[in-house]
Amino acid sequence: MMPPAIACVDLVRRFGTFTAVDRITLQAHVGSVFGFLGPNGSGKSTTIRMLCGLLAPTSGQAIVDGIDVARDPESVKRRIGYMSQKFSLYEDLTVRENLEFYGGIYGIGRRGRRARIDETLERTDLTDNPDTLVRELSVGVRQRLALGGALLHRPRILFLDEPTSGVDPISRRRFWSLIHELTAEGATILVTTHYMDEAEQCDRIALIRSGKLVADGSPADLKRELMPWPILSIDCANPFEALDIIARTPGVRDAALYGVHIHAVVEDTAVADALRTALEASGHAVYRIEGVAATLEDVFVAAAEGDADA
Amino acid sequence: MQRVIELVRKEFRQLRRDRQMMPMMLVAPVIQLIVFAFAISTDIRNLPVAVCDMDRTASSRDLIRELTSSEYFRLIGRFDRHGDADRWLDEGRASVIIIVPRGFERDLKSGDTADLQVLLDGSDPNTATVAMSYLSRLIQSRSVRILSDRSIRSGRVAASSPSITAETRTWYNPTLASALFMVPGAMCVIIGMSATIATALAIVREREIGTMEQLIVTPLQSWELMLGKTLPYLAVGMVNMAAILIANALIFHVPVRGSLTLLLALGGVFLIASLYLGLLISTLSRTQQQAMLTAFFFLMPNFLLSGFMFPIANMPQVLQWATTLLPLRYFLVMVRGIFLKGSGFSEMTDQFWPLTIITVAIGVVAVSRFQKRLD
Repeated sequence: MMPPAIACVDLVRRFGTFTAVDRITLQAHVGSVFGFLGPNGSGKSTTIRMLCGLLAPTSGQAIVDGIDVARDPESVKRRIGYMSQKFSLYEDLTVRENLEFYGGIYGIGRRGRRARIDETLERTDLTDNPDTLVRELSVGVRQRLALGGALLHRPRILFLDEPTSGVDPISRRRFWSLIHELTAEGATILVTTHYMDEAEQCDRIALIRSGKLVADGSPADLKRELMPWPILSIDCANPFEALDIIARTPGVRDAALYGVHIHAVVEDTAVADALRTALEASGHAVYRIEGVAATLEDVFVAAAEGDADA
Repeated sequence: MQRVIELVRKEFRQLRRDRQMMPMMLVAPVIQLIVFAFAISTDIRNLPVAVCDMDRTASSRDLIRELTSSEYFRLIGRFDRHGDADRWLDEGRASVIIIVPRGFERDLKSGDTADLQVLLDGSDPNTATVAMSYLSRLIQSRSVRILSDRSIRSGRVAASSPSITAETRTWYNPTLASALFMVPGAMCVIIGMSATIATALAIVREREIGTMEQLIVTPLQSWELMLGKTLPYLAVGMVNMAAILIANALIFHVPVRGSLTLLLALGGVFLIASLYLGLLISTLSRTQQQAMLTAFFFLMPNFLLSGFMFPIANMPQVLQWATTLLPLRYFLVMVRGIFLKGSGFSEMTDQFWPLTIITVAIGVVAVSRFQKRLD
């Protein structure tokens, strides 16, 4: 079996007395998209920064492409591309100038660079405005450029820290099709996100909270493991008031608004009848109750809250 | 080295595009020079003088005319009562008061020593000192003349009162014009200050906007990063120096009596010290604002203690020791030497080696701190 492209082994990082990353162990396989999920401040960026060699681990190991980052950060740097959470290209340079600069820094020769830049512009759909100053670009375009900058030297491993935050849905979709294209070519991508639809597209997901790994597996695995209870989707009048009634009905473990519907986590789908009776008795017309598959959001919320109770 | 070139190219691109930085770096030094040289002038001219002539004789009128007809002093008023002198000084109308007491002419004629009272506004000690020395020079020459007149009239030779006369002559700057003193000094201060601030800001800016982090994940080595971020400002500093020298040639005409090449070469060494200081400051600051304040913290003592404005020899011993750490102190002496004395390198080794050692020391601290910050 091929060794993993990215691996953390008991990775720990402390800042003073605060433990930002607490014994995280995980693996991402070559050619996969690895999703890193967790609330803000849970330690995602700190983990990525250790994997990129920006931050030394307090203990444990970060291994990228088989190389221990702490031991040989320079070799790692040549193999990875990194897109930080904060946009970090030069706003007073044009799109092309930014790429030229990073191409030069990565040691791509003068002759090959031009072709490589054109190819990257093509890839990231930036051919319309190569000579625009970055400061004049929209967030979506900037993020594509940042990805382009990280791709220029054809890294085998990419770290993308919230690459689509603040990006409109169409640009997000484009961004993700590019991610799939890259993995199809053999790249490994570790990406953090707050969007559940993006998390669904990952081959593997790690959920972290307060620096600890809560769960790790494919989206389907996570749903099965973390959500052993069936879920009922309830469509009724006045869902706001109805939420309270549903939550108090015996057999309901948890209820939450989900768009205009209510998702109730129940011990058994048979609770549906009791719910219908309770709602109608209190004057709420029930239009439909049906069993639905758990979404990642259900899992995410359950995992986050479940841990908070513990 | 390829990467250093890329960094330098990028830095210049950004500089060229920045509408504020460019004029700040090229025009500001010349303006500063002009301000320094004209405003911080120790020459005195047209100092207001009020006179109280209680003698009202030909001798007293002669004396007053002579004292106030020089370009240094300007007669602005007269008063009769001795007690009014306070008012003239208090209100700041006059900086110098000359009081000729009753009996001035009588004393002179009888061969006694005639008294004269001079009051000076000492709230600006510098001006007061200069005014005092001008006045005593004028009075001195007048009394010499009176003495010789008297000896001629009495038919005796003045040699009966033997005396030693010191003939003082000021070299290098015979008229003590302050431009000669200020221009070389101002050049040193200005190029050092702008190089330090520009370097510190350029590095901290990258940290502030997040591009530093992006650079650190590239294979860029820290020495390449440092060179790439300082070389452009070395070039800017040399251009500044040239601009100041040209402005001097056009406006102030302070001669460069020594070698221009030596001046530029020493300027290069001093600029390197200033760049290292900027680098050091960048490791102490997270934001550009902090960098600016930290820079002032380092540059203020430079200003006051380097000998730019006040002579080091007059400072308390402890401060004198402290000044030995300032690169500007050595550079100033060498630059003034080249400008005014035409000194060559062999006359400056006492300044050159300390400057070099301090430059290396700042460099070592700055570079090691810079590398640590990157981890």
